[in-house]
Amino acid sequence: MKELLDLYTAFFKMGAVTFGGGYAMLPILQREAVEKKGWVTNEEVMDFYAVSQGLPGIIAVNVAVFIGYHKRKIAGGIAAALGVVSPCLIIIMTIAAFLANFQDNAYVKHAFAGISICVAALILNTVIGLWKKGVKDSLTLVLCLVTFIGTVLTDLSPIIYVVASALLGIAFMRSREKTAGKEEVK
Amino acid sequence: MIYLRLFWEFFKIGVFAVGGGMATLPFLQDLSARTGWFTSSFITDMVAISESTPGPIGINMATYVGYNVGGVPGGIIATMGEVLPAILIVTTVSIYLEKFRGNKYVDYAFYGMRPAVCGLIAAAGWEIIKMALLRLDVFQATHQITDLVAPVRVLYFVLIFLSIRKFKKHPVLYIAISAVVGILLRF
Repeated sequence: MKELLDLYTAFFKMGAVTFGGGYAMLPILQREAVEKKGWVTNEEVMDFYAVSQGLPGIIAVNVAVFIGYHKRKIAGGIAAALGVVSPCLIIIMTIAAFLANFQDNAYVKHAFAGISICVAALILNTVIGLWKKGVKDSLTLVLCLVTFIGTVLTDLSPIIYVVASALLGIAFMRSREKTAGKEEVK
Repeated sequence: MIYLRLFWEFFKIGVFAVGGGMATLPFLQDLSARTGWFTSSFITDMVAISESTPGPIGINMATYVGYNVGGVPGGIIATMGEVLPAILIVTTVSIYLEKFRGNKYVDYAFYGMRPAVCGLIAAAGWEIIKMALLRLDVFQATHQITDLVAPVRVLYFVLIFLSIRKFKKHPVLYIAISAVVGILLRF
């Protein structure tokens, strides 16, 4: 029970301080779930993001359920999902009920402009970390660059890049395996 | 029964919207056309509020629509409707994922997917950088290259990035400081 409560509170905190979509949650997620709690590794977090991209649903919630399940099976998944959405319920309904034209308030706009600069810097910092974990050879370098440039320049669905990269990863590693096998025979 | 309907509509969005929060937007537009629960100008407000409050955008939008249709219970029910499919689907996938962990081909697939995720997140970061540091609206009006970048914001970006690298404090600290700086410097 204590662990479930722990999952709920940790994801509650993450939901409360994530500005933007699921990707903006990543820097905070790494800090809380990887560095502080040690629930998952950075590689596992990347894997969960990759799979979440191809699944229906909100990415932040999907990743929360993955980590919750990883830690405490089904109950853990539910606790993490409820944790990440609870602050939204409180904040959004408070704004909708009491703060008309919240989004047009000058202070909100300035604060949000400041926050987006910070989120941009946090994500850049995270990308550097992911680059070190994910880019290991010429294939992974190409996959990373093609996905980045393709996503920025075209409207193709991210799923295509994720699926193609998975297949290329399998093909590349298989052929590397074969050449390594041949060399051993020699 | 409005609550049952709300739950069902958002459950469907949770099942069919692939690719994160913004992917739910077309479904919400369709919902507005079919039910008349809200107007398209409501959608604009909803996106603005969802983007300027903490929390995943998709969830914020579900809560906002649900609240406006059915009060506090509506907000909770719409959100739960959208989250339930994620719990069911991700749990199922997790069961198989744990089973096939250590399988050579699954590892190879992830070997290829990790750099792709890095690229996707870099692209998301690029969109945020564009929004946070460039003044595309001003530039389009004046066509002066000097109007394109906001120098104070770029300076602050460099400063905050360097402090993130150097001090390695909790991200929330930088977010809170940036909100205050944004208000003080009128970003």
